[in-house]
Amino acid sequence: MDEMDDNLTESAPAAGARATVTPAAGGAEVVARDVDLFYGDHQALFDVSLDMPANKVTALIGPSGCGKSTFLRCINRMNDRIAGCRHTGSITLDGQDVDTQIDEYLLRTRVGMVFQRPNPFPLSIFDNVAYGPRRHGKPSREALRQTVQRCLERVGLWDEVKDDLKKSGLGLSGGQQQRLCIARTLAVDPQVLLMDEPTSALDPISTSLVEDLMSDLASDHTVIVVTHNMQQATRVSDYTAFFYMGKLVETAPTTELFSRPKEKQTEDYLTGRFS
Amino acid sequence: MSSASNVTSESPGTPTAVGQAVEPAAGASGSGPKPGRGSSDAGLRAQGVAPKRRVEVRGKVLTGACVAVVAALVVALIVMICGQGVQTFTKDGVPFSKFLFGTAWNPTRTDADGVPYVGALPMIAGSFSVTLLSCLFALPFALGSSIFVVEVAPRFGTRIFRPVTEVLVGIPSVVFGMIGLYVIVPLIRSIVGGTGYGIMSASIVLAVMILPTVTSLSIDAIASVPESYREGSLGLGCTRWQTIVHVVLPSALPGILTAIVLGMTRAFGEALAVQMVIGSGGASVMPTSLFKAATTLTSVITMNIGNQAQGTLYYDALWSLAMVLLVMSLLFILIVRLIGRKGSVKND
Ligand SMILES: Nc1ncnc2c1ncn2[C@@H]1O[C@H](COP(=O)(O)OP(=O)(O)OP(=O)(O)O)[C@@H](O)[C@H]1O
Ligand SMILES: [Mg+2]
Repeated sequence: MDEMDDNLTESAPAAGARATVTPAAGGAEVVARDVDLFYGDHQALFDVSLDMPANKVTALIGPSGCGKSTFLRCINRMNDRIAGCRHTGSITLDGQDVDTQIDEYLLRTRVGMVFQRPNPFPLSIFDNVAYGPRRHGKPSREALRQTVQRCLERVGLWDEVKDDLKKSGLGLSGGQQQRLCIARTLAVDPQVLLMDEPTSALDPISTSLVEDLMSDLASDHTVIVVTHNMQQATRVSDYTAFFYMGKLVETAPTTELFSRPKEKQTEDYLTGRFS
Repeated sequence: MSSASNVTSESPGTPTAVGQAVEPAAGASGSGPKPGRGSSDAGLRAQGVAPKRRVEVRGKVLTGACVAVVAALVVALIVMICGQGVQTFTKDGVPFSKFLFGTAWNPTRTDADGVPYVGALPMIAGSFSVTLLSCLFALPFALGSSIFVVEVAPRFGTRIFRPVTEVLVGIPSVVFGMIGLYVIVPLIRSIVGGTGYGIMSASIVLAVMILPTVTSLSIDAIASVPESYREGSLGLGCTRWQTIVHVVLPSALPGILTAIVLGMTRAFGEALAVQMVIGSGGASVMPTSLFKAATTLTSVITMNIGNQAQGTLYYDALWSLAMVLLVMSLLFILIVRLIGRKGSVKND
């Protein structure tokens, strides 16, 4: 507990400065090396090494239970919450080890996460977006208003909600909620965006809006997206990594992986011989 | 049990299936089949469907009767208490304002205008003081411990803490009263002097008594906050305590308020434990100190109702106190309802 409070007081001003003063610095490169991950005795990842280049969209594909979410959650250390979960090897963000060289809370402002089910807080639309900046510093009312507008514009939600900023975020449609959650993440100015099946709970129109957004966000963010939808991977991603049973089977530029898979397992998966 | 009900629930499907299978065959064979089909259908219905319908009706009647009894009971209770309670004002002619705002209680005597001393304000004030104080004492501990067992040590919470609080919920109030007499009253006496009896002692005893209830309900409220809210906040780089303060507690607020109001309801209506440590006498004056003997609505009723003859003014006045208690508890329930409705609107 004490340790946590220390972290809080240390990281808050630094993160606040980042979130409110520095403009977007662009994406950061994420590199995983020899990651073995265990849930207790159960090994979920085997020797995964993967480069996720800055300002590109990397898609993680693979059958259910192959460890995509697990891998994604290593990058912002969400797995730290799970008792008995530990990993070896290293994951670095622009060369800094996320587990040892970056404070956990600072890391999560640099590496934002969007979840499978839209999860806006039961607060107003404005307060949802303002949530992160408020926790990380004491932004002025005007700075906050600008941040909220900028983030909502970025996700294409501003025109739809600008007159309803005081209404609850839970009153929006599923697709709007997911874009609100992306705006909320953008408000702390992350370099990397992790998205775990961000469109699997959305209708086709909302899905295509979010897909467009992913491509757009990659101009100044590193986007890493888990998807079960092959078409989505081909539409949005620059690189694709195929996971199978906890191992990284193959990774390549997306067009290459889909047109000329090198591994038999990849080909079988892409042609739907197993799922 | 379940397999038996499965068998019976399948039986209506079987006759119709047979009926449908018979129909085309009958049509093909020519003109005669209609009466045959009708009779076989009726036969099947007599076997399988009619007893079922009877069970349906019987069930409806039985459960409906239970509802009627409960509803009648509630209405009868309210009517009876209010009917007795208003006698002070109708039969005995005491002005309602003198009752509600009068500060002297001594129904066997009358004042200069010939109106009996039936001021209920001292008891109302006493009841509200012990209720509010006890909630004030219990709330920090209830809230703190429920946050701890849900957010920090969930295993300890489910394995040890929950079972222990549930045991405490079941302890009869007279036991708390005895503990109060044995521990709290001497303690207060040694710290502030005096007799040790009074609102302070009663509030502490009540706080201990309602603590398990409020804690247990607060735990439920906090535990029912969706995990996705926590992940959303942590994923933005917030600490666990920021997440608790800014997301978890606000989301759990309706549930926590409900817990508080239910605790207040229990404290407000508690008679025995309060009476044992509040030091109330027969006459009652406005409470001036937390450490002096005082009275509450419940303590005055329990101590005096057995000694008064039916139909006397004193007896009627005690019923009026009961009516105040009833109205207050209805109000508490109403508040719980309103909070619940607001909470469900917010979380949807
Ligand atoms: N909290 C946990 N505790 C123990 N084992 C877990 C936990 N979470 C995941 N696992 C295990 O780790 C493996 C990988 O799970 P993971 O959720 O990463 O798969 P996934 O690829 O994201 O699957 P899906 O496509 O269904 O989301 C599975 O075998 C799963 O059972
Ligand atoms: Mg997953």
